[in-house]
Amino acid sequence: MTTTTPGPSALRGAVGTAHTRIEGRDKVTGAARYAGEIPYPELAHGWLVLSTVARGRILDVETGPILAMPGVLTVLHHGNAPRLHTDYIGMLGVPPDPTSAVFQDDRVPFAGWPVALVVAETPEVAREAAEALVVTYEREPHDTELVAGHPGAYAADGHMPAETEKGDLEARLADSAFVVDEEYTTPEEQHSMMEPHAATARWDGGRLEVVDSNQGAGWVQSELATMFSLDASAVRVRSEHIGGGFGSKGLRAHQVSAVMAATALQRPVRVVLTRRQTFSLGGYRSPTAQRVRLGADPDGRLLALEHRSLNQTSTVYEFVEPSAGVARVMYDAEAHRTANHVVRLDVPSPTWMRAPGEAPGSFAVEVALDELAARAGLDPIDLRLRNEPEVGPVSGLPFSSRNLAACLHEGARRFGWADRDPRPGVRRDGRWLLGTGTAAASFGAGAAPSTALVTAEADGSFTVRITAADIGTGARTALTLIAADALETTPDRVRVRIGDSDFGPAMIAGGSMGTRSWAWAVTAAAADLRERLAMTTGIPPEGITVRSDTTEALGALAQKERHSYGAQFAEVAVDTATGEIRVRRMLGIFAAGRIVNPLTARNQLVGGMTWGISMALHEEAVRDRNTGGHYAPDLAGYHVATHADVPDIEADWVDDHDPDDPVGIKGVGEIGIVGAAAAVANAVHHATGVRHRHLPIRPDRVVAAAGSAGGAVDA
Amino acid sequence: MREFGYQRAHDVAGAVALLAADPDARYLGGGTNLVDLMKTGVERPARLVDVRELPLDRVESTTDGGLRIGATVTNSDLAADPDVRRRYPALAQAVLAGASGQLRNMATVGGNLLQRTRCGYFTDLAAPCNKRAPGAGCSAVTGEHHNHAVLGASDHCVAVHPSDMGVALTAFDARISYESPDGPGEAPITDFYLPVSDTPHRETALPPGALITHVTLPAAPVAARSRYRKVRERASYAFAIGSVAAALTVEDGVVREARLALGAVASRPWRARAAEAVLTGAPADGASFAAAADAELAAARPLPHNGYKVTLMRNLVVSVLTELAGEDAR
Repeated sequence: MTTTTPGPSALRGAVGTAHTRIEGRDKVTGAARYAGEIPYPELAHGWLVLSTVARGRILDVETGPILAMPGVLTVLHHGNAPRLHTDYIGMLGVPPDPTSAVFQDDRVPFAGWPVALVVAETPEVAREAAEALVVTYEREPHDTELVAGHPGAYAADGHMPAETEKGDLEARLADSAFVVDEEYTTPEEQHSMMEPHAATARWDGGRLEVVDSNQGAGWVQSELATMFSLDASAVRVRSEHIGGGFGSKGLRAHQVSAVMAATALQRPVRVVLTRRQTFSLGGYRSPTAQRVRLGADPDGRLLALEHRSLNQTSTVYEFVEPSAGVARVMYDAEAHRTANHVVRLDVPSPTWMRAPGEAPGSFAVEVALDELAARAGLDPIDLRLRNEPEVGPVSGLPFSSRNLAACLHEGARRFGWADRDPRPGVRRDGRWLLGTGTAAASFGAGAAPSTALVTAEADGSFTVRITAADIGTGARTALTLIAADALETTPDRVRVRIGDSDFGPAMIAGGSMGTRSWAWAVTAAAADLRERLAMTTGIPPEGITVRSDTTEALGALAQKERHSYGAQFAEVAVDTATGEIRVRRMLGIFAAGRIVNPLTARNQLVGGMTWGISMALHEEAVRDRNTGGHYAPDLAGYHVATHADVPDIEADWVDDHDPDDPVGIKGVGEIGIVGAAAAVANAVHHATGVRHRHLPIRPDRVVAAAGSAGGAVDA
Repeated sequence: MREFGYQRAHDVAGAVALLAADPDARYLGGGTNLVDLMKTGVERPARLVDVRELPLDRVESTTDGGLRIGATVTNSDLAADPDVRRRYPALAQAVLAGASGQLRNMATVGGNLLQRTRCGYFTDLAAPCNKRAPGAGCSAVTGEHHNHAVLGASDHCVAVHPSDMGVALTAFDARISYESPDGPGEAPITDFYLPVSDTPHRETALPPGALITHVTLPAAPVAARSRYRKVRERASYAFAIGSVAAALTVEDGVVREARLALGAVASRPWRARAAEAVLTGAPADGASFAAAADAELAAARPLPHNGYKVTLMRNLVVSVLTELAGEDAR
């Protein structure tokens, strides 16, 4: 039932029909060039050197022997690097992460901190020299372990208030017929996008040009200009094709060090991160330690809800993984308390990673709901339907549209939920125990100010220019469909150019807000252009161009709770003798606004759900307590789901429409992962009778739990 | 990455001579492990001697009904060989359980036997590791060791051998033939891999400069009914956290012959002779299988975070033997 609600601008109907990616052929034939593979004459190559101690001070960087190596051009480090301007708030409302503002002092705040850049004629020489560079440190004791109740924890806001509270929690818990009070943990998780970070910087006629792989060319451009105290017009950043980002690809050490080196050498310099380097330089999802307390009346209606989450951040940068934000949208209770806390450890700076907050937060809350359903003898879907709030549980604001119930109903119908025997641990297929589980999901639906240029060309075609980023989402194709409808033409007559900061300010590819923000700007410019064309008799050779800016329109939007929703369903097989868990099928039904391109939207949703399987069963970055550094930081040591782990995933959607958006879009980038890990974990409980509250649900955890089993136990 | 020379050898004697001339040279098979290690700096050979074109790419029947497998046979070809699949099915299953299709197309039998541990400290130049730098210490004993050894390890090293193929070969008494500067030699696979002791950097009995030329499987009717099962947290493209190669002949409900080898539990594929002794002549039932597993695992010395492996291996041995016995009954 791939249906879409026609929006006000759906005059021609390109939006809502399946289109393959415009650049798809270029990508599969290799014609599409990525940031690390575009040739330049005189290109030099930089290789970052990272700290091997988790906390301390750099005593010496022995550059002499390195500079004497044939082919080595320079070594940049805190002793010779230019000073950067870092005291500012960037376009996303946060200061720069000092990890990216490289080589500014001799402090080492974590293992894997950038301490030098070796630049050479070839990447091979640069790497060999970088690995030979001797750096001596004064080592200090480190603390790299996140534990619940860490004495250094404090409440922190991030992008939302740290704490919310209403009602008398203890009293309502005491009144409750059923209570859940459990702790949940999620591990450090890495973005693991296919393409590691890569940038080439060069000076071209007094202008700094950076070709990069990022989620916002304008974002990186503005940060570089500010950091290097350059006029904004003197910096251009381009990012044509991006092999995945997931939150990791903003301003990072590779761009800043490349600009430093290009400036020092006055020739183009490329810096590419290795997979191992991305583990400490690219950001990551912090581990979380969460506690959920639920209290319900005999009918399963929530009287009390508390969700507390603790995450780690570095000592140089505060990042909040706002897991406790989930219940502020999803579930109400008379007594309602949520809190996000952080603790500063000697670890790399975490950052946004697909569904920040919602991904780990929904694991805790949606497993806790499943536990409550079991204790109350209620069907887990029933329990959720009984607790559908009328207004925002914390804000009291109306919902723009809330189609969670429709997702749960449609998902239950298609998954065959009605036939489910709720008893855990009673279905067997050979050595496998079988179970099914469900979880609900939400993710914010927003838009941020953007500008777009739309040109009516003399030949009757149109050119759209916007600093959008296609990080693999299909944004370029989606914007083509949107522009075609808005211009009342066909997609083949629209050329969309993106990924160039010269096109003006625009939202980044992030927060599930990219397509909606850009579509708004494109739609607005197209409307203006059509008015202009209606008054024009001919189009001059240079075309007619109009520019839009959505700042005002967005500022006028009424305050509402605006979110996408989803219902996740999973069936798993568990061999408790060996600890193996295999997901047999998964279904996700979403209410994510109007779907622009069903082909790539489904791709986004299935990708998110796949990541949910991965989060539930595989992903875990391991830190060595003795050294404070990562253990086996590569894709052999950090496992993500393989094809064989993802047998049958179906994603679909119900009719949904954001009434306040010109195209009706909400965004599909992140909702797919939300709740997915909880659905898998709940299915594992249904299969085995064992409740797993710590991710990933590793074989050793399953084996250990089964070893102590004999009925329903906890792991 | 250090610059290195590259030469292709066309006959075995030539290959051995090239290596003998340069103590800093290494043989290159499929390169699926060596090249990775060169990129991370764990291996820094001055020269690679490519042996992929040597005439060692055949799987042949021996007169006694066994198989003689050339060292450059790819993992893919080995797993697809009709004789291997019919006479030693666990070997084909083991090979197919390893790596990915692309890697198996490149990886050779000789290289598979000589691949290095995937212990994360071994591949991290900043971490002490006795296997990489003798005398430096072992980071895993007090660090991360969820997937480290529970059998036959020492305080000096707790790394496990990563091969799946080697586990099946160990169950079937494979013999490793090699050519060295001093002439040809041969070792049973259980002697080919050395005990860890205080010399974890010495992994095999191969003389310096020797080249594996063949692996010989003696005739083993028991192997026709054999199985390899590999446990890992994801379904593909991961090293084992525990594996079993087993073969069983059951007559009248009694085990006449049993072969059992365990993977991912020790520095080498682990031949479970104590378990085999318990099985031979015992009723082919769950109690015997559990007793056999317990007999083998009595020697287990788990670390603080890998004790689950003892339970897992016990369960796995019982499960695989039960499956095999069930097949036999049909």
